[in-house]
Amino acid sequence: MSEDLSGAPSTDVRVRVLRVGERALLVELDGGAEAEAFHAEVLRRRAAGVLPAVREVVPAARTVLLDGVTDPDRLAAELPGWEVGPLSARVERVVEVPVRYDGPDLAEVAACWGVSAEEAVRIHTGTGFRVAFCGFAPGFGYLTGLDERYEVPRRATPRTAVPAGSVALAGPYTGVYPRSSPGGWQLIGTTDVVLWDTGRDPAALLSPGTRVRFTAEDAR
Amino acid sequence: MTGRGVAVVRPGALTTVQDLGRPGYAHLGVVRSGALDPAAVRLVNRLVGNAEGAAVLETTVDGCAVRARCAVTVAVGGAPCPVRVDGRPAAWGTAVRVAAGSVVEAGTAVRGLRAYVAFGGGIEVEPVLGSRSTDLLSGLGPAPLARGAVLPLGTETPVRVPIDVPPWPGPPDALVLRVRLGPRDDWFTPGALRTLATRAYRVSPASNRIGLRLEGPALERAVPGELASEGMVLGAVQVPPDGRPVVFLADHPTTGGYPVVGVVREADLGAAAQAVPGTAVRFVPVR
Repeated sequence: MSEDLSGAPSTDVRVRVLRVGERALLVELDGGAEAEAFHAEVLRRRAAGVLPAVREVVPAARTVLLDGVTDPDRLAAELPGWEVGPLSARVERVVEVPVRYDGPDLAEVAACWGVSAEEAVRIHTGTGFRVAFCGFAPGFGYLTGLDERYEVPRRATPRTAVPAGSVALAGPYTGVYPRSSPGGWQLIGTTDVVLWDTGRDPAALLSPGTRVRFTAEDAR
Repeated sequence: MTGRGVAVVRPGALTTVQDLGRPGYAHLGVVRSGALDPAAVRLVNRLVGNAEGAAVLETTVDGCAVRARCAVTVAVGGAPCPVRVDGRPAAWGTAVRVAAGSVVEAGTAVRGLRAYVAFGGGIEVEPVLGSRSTDLLSGLGPAPLARGAVLPLGTETPVRVPIDVPPWPGPPDALVLRVRLGPRDDWFTPGALRTLATRAYRVSPASNRIGLRLEGPALERAVPGELASEGMVLGAVQVPPDGRPVVFLADHPTTGGYPVVGVVREADLGAAAQAVPGTAVRFVPVR
């Protein structure tokens, strides 16, 4: 796949750099796509050995946090001058996640999209996803890729226990619950793939920047 | 393998295994965790001849008791508390040699909240992502201590440089937290920033390893609505909708959606972790 998921003019990313305490910088971007592109640029520079020492690089909805920075003033001055390359130029890992589309909220999501359940599955499996960021629990990724018109609200009442492996939607994101936990996302399916295993290296199947494809398994 | 270890006799209110934490995985949603009072941990480890980052026990308020299954050097530090070996008083803040079969007890803290118990050789539970720390937010690392649990110890190295006077400031009567404003101070009214810099707060009993919760005047927002989730740092002063600031400690979530008005200096957080509920707190803005 070589489509440009950023949808943004890649070399014209505006950054706002905010100081966070003694040793961190919060880089604020105009939107999610820009934040993903900027995060990819940080990782590219880190891999190339041209990024000053940074302990944590934490992407989020439209920011990238750089924590444990040796010389934050210098890096803060340097960041606005960065040329940020397009996302599609990267060769990233693609993970395939087989899903039984048997979630209790699939019909509701399909209705929200104005399509049949079968068509909703086709839309979801036909989309190329990318892990924008992680949070909430170890190994829980916020995946972007679905078109804007497919955004769905969170459930009005969160569930007290969402089973591990649940594939779920909220806002613009798709996520997979690494373990059973309370949650308010709309559940559309289930996977047997292990998202988080500290006995494995890497422990997280989905880390920021990972490309993801969901495939439909027969519901049993 | 060596058979060295300690068995838990009395776990106390909340005793966890802690080292200096597992930084470097926040991008996967993994909490930093680690001891809340790292200076105390470095000290007790030095007292027993360990590397400063060896895993120790962190107790909460009422200490804990363990039975040594081997002869071992023990040191109790952090919050001052009575130390007993087989019921007899022993020294706090110094290395104590304990025979196999003896029960070592850290009693209820006289001042402060969290005592640290180091054993020669360190606690050698299986590390998870490079750390033996218990992470109470996401459940990584060993479970909090339970009666009967056995913790393996590593091999002791002799204490090379005995320490006479423990260089540790002790728990605070009043907490002064130096705070650098931002990144979201512009989400608050000028009056709120004045309140933060001038008014007194008190440590709430709802405080825990995730955050120091404060009681006191609410901080009024200039910008309503929600902030898109963003990365959080240790010491972040997050302000939830009720306006009462929360200072993030070691088990803080990696991302959050409430605005951070400022960040407390890391050097001040050890004292924050030893501040008992009701302790007066003042924020001092610094550059």
